[in-house]
Amino acid sequence: MMTKKRNSLIVVGAALALVLPFIVSNPAHQNYLILVLMFAQIGVAWNILGGYVGQVSLGHVAFFGIGAYTSTALLISVGLSPWIGMLIGGIVAAVFGVMIGWICFRFKGHYFTMATIAVAEIIQVLFTNWEGVGGAVGLYVPMDRQGWGVMVFNSKLPYYYIALGLLCVTLLGNWAIEKSFLGYYFRAIKDEPEAARSLGVSLTAYKLVAIAISSFFTAMGGSFYAQKELFIDPGSVLVTSLSVKMSLVTILGGVGSLFGPLVGSTLLTGIEEATRQFFGGSGMGIDLIIYASIIIIVAIYYPAGVLGWIKHLLRRDAKTEGGA
Amino acid sequence: MNGEILLQTLLSGILIGLVYALVAVGLSVIYGVMEIVNFAHGEFLMLGMYSSFWLFALFALDPLATLPLTLLLLFGLGALVYRFTIKRIVNAPMLSQIFVTFGLMILFRGGAQFFWKPDFRTVENSLVSGNVVINGLYFGIPHIVAALGAVVATGAVWWFINRTRLGAALEATAQDKEAAQLMGIPSHWIFALAWGLGAACAGVAGVLLSTFFPIFPEVGANFCLIAFVVVALGGFGNVTGALWAGIIVGVVEVLGGFWIGPEYKLAIVLTLFLAVILVRPQGLMGRAE
Repeated sequence: MMTKKRNSLIVVGAALALVLPFIVSNPAHQNYLILVLMFAQIGVAWNILGGYVGQVSLGHVAFFGIGAYTSTALLISVGLSPWIGMLIGGIVAAVFGVMIGWICFRFKGHYFTMATIAVAEIIQVLFTNWEGVGGAVGLYVPMDRQGWGVMVFNSKLPYYYIALGLLCVTLLGNWAIEKSFLGYYFRAIKDEPEAARSLGVSLTAYKLVAIAISSFFTAMGGSFYAQKELFIDPGSVLVTSLSVKMSLVTILGGVGSLFGPLVGSTLLTGIEEATRQFFGGSGMGIDLIIYASIIIIVAIYYPAGVLGWIKHLLRRDAKTEGGA
Repeated sequence: MNGEILLQTLLSGILIGLVYALVAVGLSVIYGVMEIVNFAHGEFLMLGMYSSFWLFALFALDPLATLPLTLLLLFGLGALVYRFTIKRIVNAPMLSQIFVTFGLMILFRGGAQFFWKPDFRTVENSLVSGNVVINGLYFGIPHIVAALGAVVATGAVWWFINRTRLGAALEATAQDKEAAQLMGIPSHWIFALAWGLGAACAGVAGVLLSTFFPIFPEVGANFCLIAFVVVALGGFGNVTGALWAGIIVGVVEVLGGFWIGPEYKLAIVLTLFLAVILVRPQGLMGRAE
């Protein structure tokens, strides 16, 4: 019953997603839709490690940045298509993720989180001082050629569909994990690490699998961001605030659930845009105060996120119906 | 390389390292008692700096004179933060705990930006200023005073934890919350005390730094990361370990900045930290579990 409802919801949602940019023709609004899809995609990627395995990384921006820099540097230096650059960036990030995980998984809980922040800070310092990739100035995506081959477009529409495609691929990957033995192992590691270990599940090995997959998809989001913005620098693709945002969309929507990040991204990006409209650009601090209040309130009162809250309401309704 | 410059660099590393130790002790006390990492710790330091700055700018009161006041303010703030946010997530999932203190960090930064603007501010011509020459080596007097103040404050925390009844209660709660509760030690008061104490350590460090360090809303970010490194190296919940680890981190930072380049300072400290946990996950001074 629930699954049927969910499946029909997914079909309706997918159909809506396909025609949405024709209903919303204002480029600024289309840009908002692209941001929603992009943050949903990296949120889903973050969720694989942070939500399912329960390893809360706040250094994921390093993977995002590696993806953005790899595809852009390859495009500039050898003219490699970003489609291939995106995959290479993903692989580089996955290898890097395994190396980082190997060190950081020695830490438990909060200290793992701190260690991931430390890694991201190191990467930011290195890229800021690495002249080969533009240093503090950053890199521009060449615009002399346009079209699908180089993923550079004048209109927002193609970016929308690429973001949608990426989100679908990442969701499918996540769904496949959820249904496979990996999904069970991941949840076991999160909820009952000792029991999982006593059954012969190597905790570190599966955490490394999770971080590899998670960083691969996060890096793909980074490559997409570079193509969409046509400019990257350490201040835009390697800042901790981006790590916070990708985890926050997940927590707001629902940790460890497939569609949580999409729900969270829709809400959070909407709130951010509204704040910007009402209070002007950043620097005033009001945007940060609102942002922080949401984080604190959700973390204290709604740790299961919006989806968890809705599920709770549905279950309560079902119970009252059953009783009557 | 010139031996005199090396010695000068080393000593300045030790001086700043002692301040790092004080910041780290605050972080360590909170973590030791309730296993929550306070991501907003750098912001307590930032607020300590602003408290020092405004008392100086508005009432011409010297940072050293207002230090006790700032200490009390930050102690109160720490306890209030516990009462209104942390208390609700003591037994919550780790994710909630991380994001509440992370949210507090952003909240304090946003508040500082909103009320005091994102400008850089400095305390000019306080009681402690100028340089002193010892055996041909130059030292900033503010740096020396800050280091001495940090040692005194760290010593006071050590004395409080190891030599007073309240400190013993803190230690008991850290070791076994339920058992301590059964002995009549109310955990919630002890937790509030730990947060007050932790915030006060960072606040005092902020005052000591305010005489020679620029003050701005994000100033706490690097200090928080460094404090985390110090705590990890010194062993969790270990005051004397934090002192030694603070000195090591301070020295590594200045030497790395000197040899490799100041822009790499933070990256060097963080790399040292990753290297150490690779070899000794329990920290340099910590004992294996």
